[in-house]
Amino acid sequence: MTLRPASQVTSRAQPISAAPTLDGSKGDCALVVEHLTKRFGDRVAFDDVSFEVGYGEVFGFLGPNGAGKTTTVRTLGTLIMPSSGSAVVAGIPLSANNGPAIRSRISMMPESPGLYLRLTVTENLQCFAGLYELDDVRGRIARALRAVNLEDRARDLCGSLSKGLRQRVALARALLNDPAVLFLDEPTSGLDPVATREVHELIASLRERGVTVFLTTHRLEEAERLCDRVAILNTTLRMIGRPAELREQLFRRSLDVRLRAPLDDPEAVFGAVGEVEGWEQTPSGYTLSVSDPDLAAPALARALVRAEADVLSIAESRHSLEDVYLELIDEDVETKAR
Amino acid sequence: MNFSWRRVGAILRKELRDYRRNRFVIGTMAAVPVLFIILPTIQLIAANTTDKALTLRIGLSLLYMLVIPVTMPSVVCAYSVVGEREQGTLEPVLSTPVSREEFLIAKALAAFVPTLVVAYAVFGIFLAVAALFAHPVIVSAIYAGTHVLVQFLFTPLLAGWAIWVGIAVSTRSTDVRVAQQLSVLGSFPPLIIVALMSLNVISESTALAIGLGAALLAFDLLAWRVVAAMFDRERLVIGRRG
Repeated sequence: MTLRPASQVTSRAQPISAAPTLDGSKGDCALVVEHLTKRFGDRVAFDDVSFEVGYGEVFGFLGPNGAGKTTTVRTLGTLIMPSSGSAVVAGIPLSANNGPAIRSRISMMPESPGLYLRLTVTENLQCFAGLYELDDVRGRIARALRAVNLEDRARDLCGSLSKGLRQRVALARALLNDPAVLFLDEPTSGLDPVATREVHELIASLRERGVTVFLTTHRLEEAERLCDRVAILNTTLRMIGRPAELREQLFRRSLDVRLRAPLDDPEAVFGAVGEVEGWEQTPSGYTLSVSDPDLAAPALARALVRAEADVLSIAESRHSLEDVYLELIDEDVETKAR
Repeated sequence: MNFSWRRVGAILRKELRDYRRNRFVIGTMAAVPVLFIILPTIQLIAANTTDKALTLRIGLSLLYMLVIPVTMPSVVCAYSVVGEREQGTLEPVLSTPVSREEFLIAKALAAFVPTLVVAYAVFGIFLAVAALFAHPVIVSAIYAGTHVLVQFLFTPLLAGWAIWVGIAVSTRSTDVRVAQQLSVLGSFPPLIIVALMSLNVISESTALAIGLGAALLAFDLLAWRVVAAMFDRERLVIGRRG
């Protein structure tokens, strides 16, 4: 699927500026969440969650099934009320009375597209344009459909569309009201790889257009690819930051060294390199903990040449977001087991 | 945020479009009236004018027609909330600025308008067929007493009751079929009073008809308040209250 350049899509190409706040605080943040907790009787859906999301940011909210991601989205979307804590959504404090005002400034796309299957694409969008009391309904629908490349399917019944196309209609619906914050709850859940890629491209185009996106997912490559920052939730918020920052916080930086044959005295070779803090032998060579890979790699290469080792490669170890995620979730499992 | 008729209109238009393309709804709206017009019409045309129970027979025939505003909206409204939840369309709608009052009024109107159109149309056809084919004695018996007043007065009031019962059941149900059964069951009680009047068990008079109508209107308004209070976004989205 090809996406049109953002400038051709709509005047919304410019980043959405900070919305005016009702309470006058944190006007530069699309979302401010402080110690938010939701309990259903004895069961805790999420506990003491705090974070901020800036305007124009794509924020990933990761966690395993049952971690409380969807409940958090529904709480911030005023569908359910928190048990304690506070939040400011699109500049408006979260409260029962402010529900309609918050809902008019945001959009939510739940996991299931939730389209009226006996209605056409346009009729679905007309209904929601009416619910948001939007002006220039035709123009807005045309722009939303153009943004998701569905202009040619406007008159099709939603029931006749594939799952991927329905997801795109749901995304067009979510864009209708120019939301200050767009909540996408598992937008690629159940989609095949082609449809998934299409949705990824759409989210990337939203990012280019400056739309604030709150994306819940358990697809880590999705978060790594699309999000400026991510938070990992497992009932409580485990970590938050840029994917690279999370890697650095959780894993020591290291170099992977591959040699044709093992060293006779690895301790002597690696110990002579100042930046190497520790080492371990692996099936394919050695993994070295280093303070700074850029400094350690050349010194290490020289030391290996001096030791007459046949060097196949020296590379910085790449920890994916998946490694970070699994490390944290494993920690939680171990804690619970104890 | 103020009550918005535009939001009501958006849901109402969506509902009516959806009905038009839903064979089940069209089937219900077509089959029930056909069923309830054939039997009473035949009964009246074939009636003996010297029959002592002619008034009773007319009352019974007209009572059939009041089953329409009871059954039709109750079936449709029973689907209105639980059906949307099963389809996954409820959450996106509740995520918009629509208020519960707007949502409920839209759902109610979407059942009320077609019901009223169908029920009055069926009654009109019944009167026309009676005028054309029934004995003049029977025709004047139809217009005598409070039969016509009861039809006009109680059709919207019974529909109103059935609508709120249907929506109330629908907001608390997790299964469409169960909702429809309970809804139809809950819609019938007011019809019993009307039946007792039509069958002359309670001697009918204009004052009594208006009095009962006023009472039913009060119940309808009370039912609307109760349903509005029962409508809770959190319960509707997650199936329980936190």
